[in-house]
Amino acid sequence: MVSLRIYIATRALLTIPTIIILLTIVFAIMRILPGDPVTAIVGMKAPPEQIQELKKELGLIDEFGKPIPLYIQYLNYFSGIIKGDFGKSLIWGKRPVIIEILEHFPATIELSIMGFIVSLLIGLISGVYSAHKYSSWMDSTIRIYGIISYALFIPWIGMLFQMFFGVQLKILPVAGRIDPGMEPQQITGLFLLDSIITSNWPSFISSLKHLILPSITLGIVLSGIFTRLTRGAMLEVLSQDFIIAAKARGLPNRKILLHALKNAFIPILTMMGLQFALLLTGAILTETTFSWPGIGTFLMERINYRDYTTVQGTVVFFAIIISLVSLIVDLIYAYIDPRIRY
Amino acid sequence: MEIINFFNKLLRKIVPHGSGAKLVIIGFSIVILIIFIAIFAPFLTSYSPTKSVGLSLQPPSLKHLMGTNRLGYDMFSRIVYGARTILIVVILSTIISLSIGLPLGLLSGYYGGIIDRILSIIMDSIYAFPGLILAIAVAAVIGPGVINTALAIAIVYVPTYYRMARGQTFSIREQLYIEAMKAIGAKDRTIMIKHILPNLLPTMTIVFSLSVADTILTEASLSFLGLGVTAPTPDWGYDLRAGKEFLPAGYWWLITFPGLFIILLTIGFSFIGEGLNEILNPRMKVRP
Repeated sequence: MVSLRIYIATRALLTIPTIIILLTIVFAIMRILPGDPVTAIVGMKAPPEQIQELKKELGLIDEFGKPIPLYIQYLNYFSGIIKGDFGKSLIWGKRPVIIEILEHFPATIELSIMGFIVSLLIGLISGVYSAHKYSSWMDSTIRIYGIISYALFIPWIGMLFQMFFGVQLKILPVAGRIDPGMEPQQITGLFLLDSIITSNWPSFISSLKHLILPSITLGIVLSGIFTRLTRGAMLEVLSQDFIIAAKARGLPNRKILLHALKNAFIPILTMMGLQFALLLTGAILTETTFSWPGIGTFLMERINYRDYTTVQGTVVFFAIIISLVSLIVDLIYAYIDPRIRY
Repeated sequence: MEIINFFNKLLRKIVPHGSGAKLVIIGFSIVILIIFIAIFAPFLTSYSPTKSVGLSLQPPSLKHLMGTNRLGYDMFSRIVYGARTILIVVILSTIISLSIGLPLGLLSGYYGGIIDRILSIIMDSIYAFPGLILAIAVAAVIGPGVINTALAIAIVYVPTYYRMARGQTFSIREQLYIEAMKAIGAKDRTIMIKHILPNLLPTMTIVFSLSVADTILTEASLSFLGLGVTAPTPDWGYDLRAGKEFLPAGYWWLITFPGLFIILLTIGFSFIGEGLNEILNPRMKVRP
């Protein structure tokens, strides 16, 4: 157990420089890259008072109108983030950025979880089947699917679904999270979960209907990697002695495959954590395609309004979340698989 | 089924063995076709991609193979000229990220030490960050346009080339012939350029094709989100975005064709990468 503790400590400590570097990169992008946010926001002909006001809000000058040096801006930025202060939005009531982010985050989580489940289901089923029918034409088809699915551009697939199921057949909604006025009481912010907790079935059905197309879109694009991984791991396990022994004993195919899948699961599990960044990227595109009110739609909307503090805050939020998730994932593996610790 | 079998037989005649070679050939054909379209764009269509040439929002017909958009532009010529835009952005950004990532990785892997440590930790941090979000942040600040889009994308892929070059150099450096070179007094620069760089090529080709496939998707995503190449430049991602508005009306041709070409080009490069990977790093040869 000592080695596990040492591993946890070093791994957690390593997260700190990663976060600092990411935050520095975000700072560099927002403040040092060419592009003048002030004129971009208010325009060239804005009155000087308005420009002064905005510069103050952006933290570029102090109360007396004196410019703040870059390294002080950098320190202010860091101390703000440590205190959980991501700045204030530049538009619409100027609310704290972190509150707005947290309002939109549950929608993204809900979509990501469902998309992930869909991709895992497709990946496991097609991967196991492909390995089972090794070298058949079904196997080649599934292998090609494993490569192609990644290339399927999310907005395109999403829009084709919208056109077919929404516009032609009119059986599924094409935009939003839930029908207007149907929102369940907010507990976790995940509509499916909230409507189950409050036994609000009409809300449940409405939000499930809205989730189907976006989560299938996201799921298909992410599924390829699971298909390939499952197929590879299954082929490896299926060639081992204990499977041959099981076959010799006349175990039914279904049981053999389940048996093999259990053993093939660790490499698949390892890959799941690495998929998180891809999942977030995919969620941004899916959200914009389906007008899903999550953090991706929010980010794009604020970029259009040139709300720089919010854009910066959202990217910082992504950076922190990703570092923390990769930390958690690594710790879980270390716990499951003792080889990692050494 | 008949058709699949036919193609299988045909391919088996051209390439005696290995599904890797098949993938590479199919991938190359797709990529070359699209490069051909881009180069010979003026000969393939007589319409300008940025001028109204007919009624707006017409479905595909013999006159307009892929229909027309809201402004009456011919969609076929936008697709044809759009191939130029995406290829230019992809080539530019790949050149930029390759020319930063590769030398840094080579130096880092060859000399090691504190610089290597620092560079690695920076590159790993960028690498762990979702590429599209990074590109979105950069593009949002520096603004749209062909060059800016290429820059925004280039930043994302620097770590990919860096990590590849560093890892490979690291293992090549330990080999006996490099030690021999050093023993006879060859300069570090000569060793790196003449003896390590050529050995990076096989792996680099794989990484290159796979990350170009990824670059295409990132370019299309940026344009789709309104942060990449903008009107009136013909661009597949941008056209997809423009077509979204007409989706409820059922104008399928506005989105079907641009998306199809984005996917086709991505698949082309993925096939090349995957195929080469299979040929150069054969792993699973044992069969149950």
